[in-house]
Amino acid sequence: MEFSNKYIFCFSLLLCLVCSLAVASVHDELKDRQVKNAQQDQQSQVLQAAGILSPDEKLTSEEIEEYFTKIKALLVSRETGESEVVKITSEEFKQDPRSVAKTADGGVDAPEKEAKATGVRRIANKLRVFEVNVPGHECLVLEISGNGLWSTLLGYIALSPDTREVRGITYYSHKETPGLGGEVDNPKWKAQWKDKRALGEDGEVLVEVVKGVATDAEREIDGLAGATITSRGVDSMLKLWLGDHGYGPFLKTKRGAL
Amino acid sequence: MDKATKKVLVDPLHVQNPITLQVLGICSALAVTTKVETALVMSAALTFVLVLSNVSISLLRNKIPGSVRIITQLSIIASLVVVADQLLQAFLFDVAKEISVFVTLIITNCIVMGRAEAFAMQNPPGKSALDGLSNSLGYSWVLIAVGLFRELLGSGKILNYTVFEASADGGWYVSNGLMVLSPSAFFLIGLIIWVQRALSPEMNEED
Repeated sequence: MEFSNKYIFCFSLLLCLVCSLAVASVHDELKDRQVKNAQQDQQSQVLQAAGILSPDEKLTSEEIEEYFTKIKALLVSRETGESEVVKITSEEFKQDPRSVAKTADGGVDAPEKEAKATGVRRIANKLRVFEVNVPGHECLVLEISGNGLWSTLLGYIALSPDTREVRGITYYSHKETPGLGGEVDNPKWKAQWKDKRALGEDGEVLVEVVKGVATDAEREIDGLAGATITSRGVDSMLKLWLGDHGYGPFLKTKRGAL
Repeated sequence: MDKATKKVLVDPLHVQNPITLQVLGICSALAVTTKVETALVMSAALTFVLVLSNVSISLLRNKIPGSVRIITQLSIIASLVVVADQLLQAFLFDVAKEISVFVTLIITNCIVMGRAEAFAMQNPPGKSALDGLSNSLGYSWVLIAVGLFRELLGSGKILNYTVFEASADGGWYVSNGLMVLSPSAFFLIGLIIWVQRALSPEMNEED
């Protein structure tokens, strides 16, 4: 069949219009749902780090909202450690915590040594903290990130309100080898973190991921078998984020207050 | 059912299977088969895209100018894939998080383009729908079979229910680490191809 150029042109135009209209309207229709999904996914990660939710447990959206009435979001000044209570929108929940740090006035360059160890090149001036006031699970949930072997691991670590002990850790995004580095997801491994010593009197980071089996039950975590680099990555990112260049100044105010 | 329709329906399941005979759609067969759940969702997504793309291309088959037919097919397929991905993100968020990348890659899945060009451009919508469905089923059963073995041998579970208590969780089963990595899907697909060709020697190429 022969078609005129005019026909081909009109056909293509019409096809593009119909396709883009269809895609756009589907996206528009489902957008609220998707944003809410992403937000609740993040929120349940915070609940997991805090030890409120076990990894294979699912909560309804009402239950998550109920918990989050008892959880305050804080924005912390990295330099001074001062914090203010903020309201985080669904959009901000979806946002990658690293994107703000990359902007010129949103963050500073990480010190070279730490940047090399963790792959974190920029640290945001304002860091996010979730202050959890759920009875029996009071803690501070901090955002952590850093390189493993293949990928950047993104997660949360929960500290006791006086910052002296770890309450829990969780990674919500990584692409480590399943069965090896991917075991950062293993509930058994994560369970070791609970009640380990987090920070000393002067803010030194005590908790440590060691190679092989931990000998000091107070502060050491077993390294992941067959995943030396991932284990080292987890260790380095804790040193960075809990240290002076990360949440250190804020954690110091918490230690002083109690 | 006449013989031709039956051929359209049955061939893609076995002797004309898109994965094991035509060796198309291998990328996703490796990537999403570590667990049965992801294999199932991926199969559903492909079925959705393939049936609808076959039907819509078949409906337009006499209106599509030959000079722009490939890009027309691609636009339709791409739109359907985006819609499928959006639906997953809205209704099956946990699974979508894991396989979203591979769902969007359905656009480049040769099975979809292949069926559009080879079948839907020449056949009426009803028959094209049937062709899309049977090819999806041919793709799906291989994916699910591979996923079943990989999840069972790799982590001792099926659909997240523990069958063998894995040693990492304190059980007796020492899980096979190779099974969670992509190359194992190659081995499994190879085994399936072997079994199929042993059963139906007509699938073998002549030397």
